Amino acid sequence: MKDIRFENVTKSFPTRSGRPFVAIRDVSLTVAEREFVAVVGPSGSGKTTLMRMAAGLDRPTEGSVRVGGREVTAPGPDRAVVFQQFALFPWKSVRENIAFGLRCKGVPRARQDEIVAHYLKLMSMEGTEDRFPHQLSGGMQQRVAIARSYAIEPDVLLMDEPFGALDAQTRTVMQEELVRLTRKEPRTVLFITHAVDEAVYLADRVVVLARDPGRLREIVDIRPTREAEEWGARPIEEVMDLPSFTHLRTHLWRLLRDQIRPDD
Amino acid sequence: MAFMTIAGRAPHPRALLLLSFAGAVLFFGGWHLLVATGAVSAQTLPSPVTVLATAWRLAFEPFAGHTLLEHILASLGRFAMGFLLAAAIGVPLGLAMGRFPLLDDIVSPIFEALRFIAPLAWVPFAALWFGTGIGGPVMVIFAGAFPPCLINAYRGAKLVELRLVEAAQTLGAGGLRIMAEVLLPGALPSIVAGLRVSAGLAWQSLVGAELIVASAGIGYVMVQAQSNLAPAIVMAGMLSVGAIGLAIDVALRRAERLVRARWGQT
Ligand SMILES: Nc1ncnc2c1ncn2[C@@H]1O[C@H](COP(=O)(O)OP(=O)(O)O)[C@@H](O)[C@H]1O
Ligand SMILES: [Mg+2]
Repeated sequence: MKDIRFENVTKSFPTRSGRPFVAIRDVSLTVAEREFVAVVGPSGSGKTTLMRMAAGLDRPTEGSVRVGGREVTAPGPDRAVVFQQFALFPWKSVRENIAFGLRCKGVPRARQDEIVAHYLKLMSMEGTEDRFPHQLSGGMQQRVAIARSYAIEPDVLLMDEPFGALDAQTRTVMQEELVRLTRKEPRTVLFITHAVDEAVYLADRVVVLARDPGRLREIVDIRPTREAEEWGARPIEEVMDLPSFTHLRTHLWRLLRDQIRPDD
Repeated sequence: MAFMTIAGRAPHPRALLLLSFAGAVLFFGGWHLLVATGAVSAQTLPSPVTVLATAWRLAFEPFAGHTLLEHILASLGRFAMGFLLAAAIGVPLGLAMGRFPLLDDIVSPIFEALRFIAPLAWVPFAALWFGTGIGGPVMVIFAGAFPPCLINAYRGAKLVELRLVEAAQTLGAGGLRIMAEVLLPGALPSIVAGLRVSAGLAWQSLVGAELIVASAGIGYVMVQAQSNLAPAIVMAGMLSVGAIGLAIDVALRRAERLVRARWGQT
């Protein structure tokens, strides 16, 4: 298992005017081994950019991103990504989608089948292995995408608003299942979302970003409360009704609302 | 061209058949009348009946050394070689150009200039470089078939969502696997459409390609018949070219529809 370290990371993009646009300025942040960190922030605060740099899909302009001590320079299977729009291969069946990364790793066929079956079961998706993505609901597609990422046994899981495209009910179910999954098979997780209650429910720590330029605003520790009140063992609606949960959520909301200007 | 209706307007199949049939009757009827009434001499324009009869005769009686079927097979062989060669080079190159801007910048200018040279214009050099046996004619057909293979693979690759390429990268896929398992299937509908156009152009280039052949082929038949002053045989050759071209097009159209259906497009 590995940690993720952002050290004084700045990311700017070239613009037509010639003056670079700063998407992220001087962010330092560590996600410890097996820690679940959620990042919230208004749209345009650089959440996706942050995740892409950890994935190796973008390089920082200044500073460095390290995973397990090694500088990230390119995408790799030690850092699996779950995208908001699922990004399943439309021409591959559920089985082929989940097995894709395993084939890249050279896992033998019989073992591939075992792993695919294992994650389909964990995601309550048995019997769908021969279906194609367009034959599945949004929630089911995202389960396949999560299974595909988990299957390659990455050290680090990077998720960019994975439930953002799902309806409210499906979203709640998926949040519960993700908690179940990460308890059973813990990973180092960087979870991007703009939904505050999702962040509080899932994460050990919640990182709040501010924007213009995107930067770190505050880090809120959730873990002590979660562990003291055993959130993991209770149904989601019960957790979300607890005074401690409401308190944390309101605190985060205030941090976010301060940044939303009337012209938005 | 009843097959090429304007997009969005789909006439009833029965009506379509009737219209196509009416068109054919009008065309061949008019042609026949033109010759039968003596408006045009049969030496200048043989009547359709004569052409069909000649084609039938050529099916059994060798002309220029071979029966019509043997000539057709020789032509189809050259066509297949030129077309498959164009697809085998054009499709991977187009995909790679869609993925790597550097390659795009290197290849595009040359390609853009060369593709305006008609396949027929390559005939002298094709004969000079590759001879009049297999190489020369295949190169002329290749020149006709290559551009749509490359262009459509390129456009198809450009349209593949970047997200899918990135997903493959983060799952550990290398460049070749991304080409074969992401760009190729993602671009397939566009590629198949390109192959259809390409096959049409390859078949069109055939007669030109066979100007330099000295053994067999429909183009060769037509050249020989022309110098023997046998217009009916020339037209029988044209008829064969048209009929086979249509058959190739119909087959590839069907393949294109199958791919689109399988890929969830309509
Ligand atoms: N490739 C890019 N080129 C130029 N600007 C970009 C690029 N990617 C992101 N940005 C800009 O950076 C800022 C942060 O974007 P993003 O990370 O997507 O924010 P978020 O995910 O929090 O909504 C936005 O203003 C966006 O327009
Ligand atoms: Mg985003």
